[in-house]
This record gives sequence, C-alpha cells and structure tokens, in this order.
Amino acid sequence: MPARLIEDELSILQRCRRGSREAFESVVKCYMKDSYNIALGLVGSRDDALELSQEAFYRAFKNIKHLKAGRKFFPWFYQILRNLCFSHLRKRRLRQTSRLPEVEGQEFTAAPGDWFQPEVVADRNEMKDCVWKAIGQLSEKHREVIILRHFRDMPYQQIAENLFCSTGTVMSRLYHARKNLKEILETEKGGQHNDL
Amino acid sequence: MTCNKYKDLMMGYLDDELSDEQRIKFKQHLTDCSDCRQELEEFKKLKAITDDVTLLEPEDKIWREYWGNIYNRMERGIGWILFGISAILLLIYGGFKMIEDIVKDPTIGFGLKAGLIALIAGLAILFVSAARERLHFWSKDRYKDVRR
Repeated sequence: MPARLIEDELSILQRCRRGSREAFESVVKCYMKDSYNIALGLVGSRDDALELSQEAFYRAFKNIKHLKAGRKFFPWFYQILRNLCFSHLRKRRLRQTSRLPEVEGQEFTAAPGDWFQPEVVADRNEMKDCVWKAIGQLSEKHREVIILRHFRDMPYQQIAENLFCSTGTVMSRLYHARKNLKEILETEKGGQHNDL
Repeated sequence: MTCNKYKDLMMGYLDDELSDEQRIKFKQHLTDCSDCRQELEEFKKLKAITDDVTLLEPEDKIWREYWGNIYNRMERGIGWILFGISAILLLIYGGFKMIEDIVKDPTIGFGLKAGLIALIAGLAILFVSAARERLHFWSKDRYKDVRR
C-alpha cells in the first residue's frame, strides 16, 4: 500500500515546516518509491520519472509551509507530482508535434503510447508490452486512476484523497478508464487478444 | 436505478471495494441483467491482465543516491538566490558608478550625458511600473491564499 503514514508524520512535517532537512529526508525516504513509480506510470520513461519525482520533492520542500498543519503529506505532494508530470507530457507533445514534418496539410501527432518504454515492465511478454503501451495511450485522467489502482494498489478511499474527489468519482473514472483500455487493446491487435 | 448507475458499482464489485449493502444491490442487478454480467466478465479478464503487468524495480544505487540528488537541488537553489541577489546589487552599484563617472567627465558632451540619463530613467520607470503591476495583480488574486 502506498503513502504509508510515517510514524509521527505530523511532528516530522512540523519540523520540515521549520526548515529541517533531516526531517524532510525521512519524508523523502518514505515516499520516494511511490513517487518514482507513479511518475513512471504517468510519463512512461525511467529517466523522466526519476527527474520529475525528485523535482517534485524539491518543490514540496520549498513550499512545505503551504501544507496546512494536520494535513497528510502525500495527497498534497501528489498534486505537485501530477502537475509536473502532466506539464512535462504537454511540453513533450508540443516538441514532438513541432518536429514532425507537415505533408500536404496532413496533421501528424505523436502517439503517446510510443513514450511508454516496455523495458520498464518486469517479466516481459507480448501481452504485457501491449497493456503497458495501451496505458500510455489513455487520457491523463484515466491513466492516473489506472496507475494508482493497479500499480500502487491504492484503495478507492486513498485514490479519492489524492485526487480530491469522492469515491463515487473514482469508481466512475475507473469504469471509463478500463473501458477505454479494453477498446485500445482490442483495436491495437485487431482482436488478436482473445483473452479480452 | 438504471444500468448506467450500476457501471460504477461494477468497478467497486470488481475491486472488492463495495459496502455489504452495495454488493447485495449489485448482485441483485446482475441476476437480472445479462449485459452487465457479460461486461463484468470482460472487466475481470482485463483486470487480470493489467494486474499481471508489474514494473521493474530500479537498481539500489538509484535509491541510495535519491536523497542526495534532491539535497543538491536544494543547495543549488540557495546558491542561485545568492548569486542573483549579489549580481543585481553589483550591477546597480556598477551602473551608478559608471553614470557618475560619465556625468562628472568634462570631456563627454551634454547630449550623450542627457541621453544616458534618459535611458536610465526610462529603465527605472519601466521597472517600477512592471513591479507595481505584478504587486497589484498579486494583491487582487482571489486564489493566492488557496492552499491544499
């Protein structure tokens, strides 16, 4: 389960607010794996995920005074992380689009799934590679809910806390995300995946 | 309740996240609705193949160096702030000294002196105006105190 509560998190955060780097180090060590893995799920590349997750912690430390006393660290931090990841994706998309040649009025767009490197998947096979690429093609909103549920194993309540929404919204978003994922997988392989 | 309302509950059922009451309600619906039964089976298969995908753990070195990289960013941040402030102060000081020297230099003509002073005055007005505008927008920003 992600976002484990560090023992005495509130007092550690209090020390962070007073500028203690040692206290912040313990927060980082507690959440770094969640942060990296979520970023990896959102942007699809190992190097970018490492860079973005570290940048998110740096920004969190700079702004830790804005985290209200008594509030949990992770949902607040998650907003910084997801905003960084989504803004990175938008920039990457823009760069990619501007690099693509214009041919007789045809509009080329880079397939977002192309950035999802299958090398990051454990015990790879064709099906797992396809699922990972299909996740990369989901919209940002749908992808994050899939990542939080399937790759970080978060219960609905915790996903709702991180996304600042109700568990009903989480269920609804998951339904549409999974439906899209199924459709992408079906069209990708032209119905080759009879497992679905 | 329409079938659409049960779609969300289907996810909760699939992930074992429903309350007892919701589960009973959903199971009742399933007995009456073959479309939802079929969709649930498809989602079960999708969930199984998605759960099967796990991500490789990066090597230990990455975690050992993780905090160090963030710490370096923090240090660099302080370094950039100090560098920026001192560069601005030195530029202002150097600028004033240069203007002073030019104004006091009798070999430089009045036209050049007047032009230089006008240039500096223009820059100062632009700077003050931009700073005042930013301050004005900041004070009127309704969301500046919104904190998560």
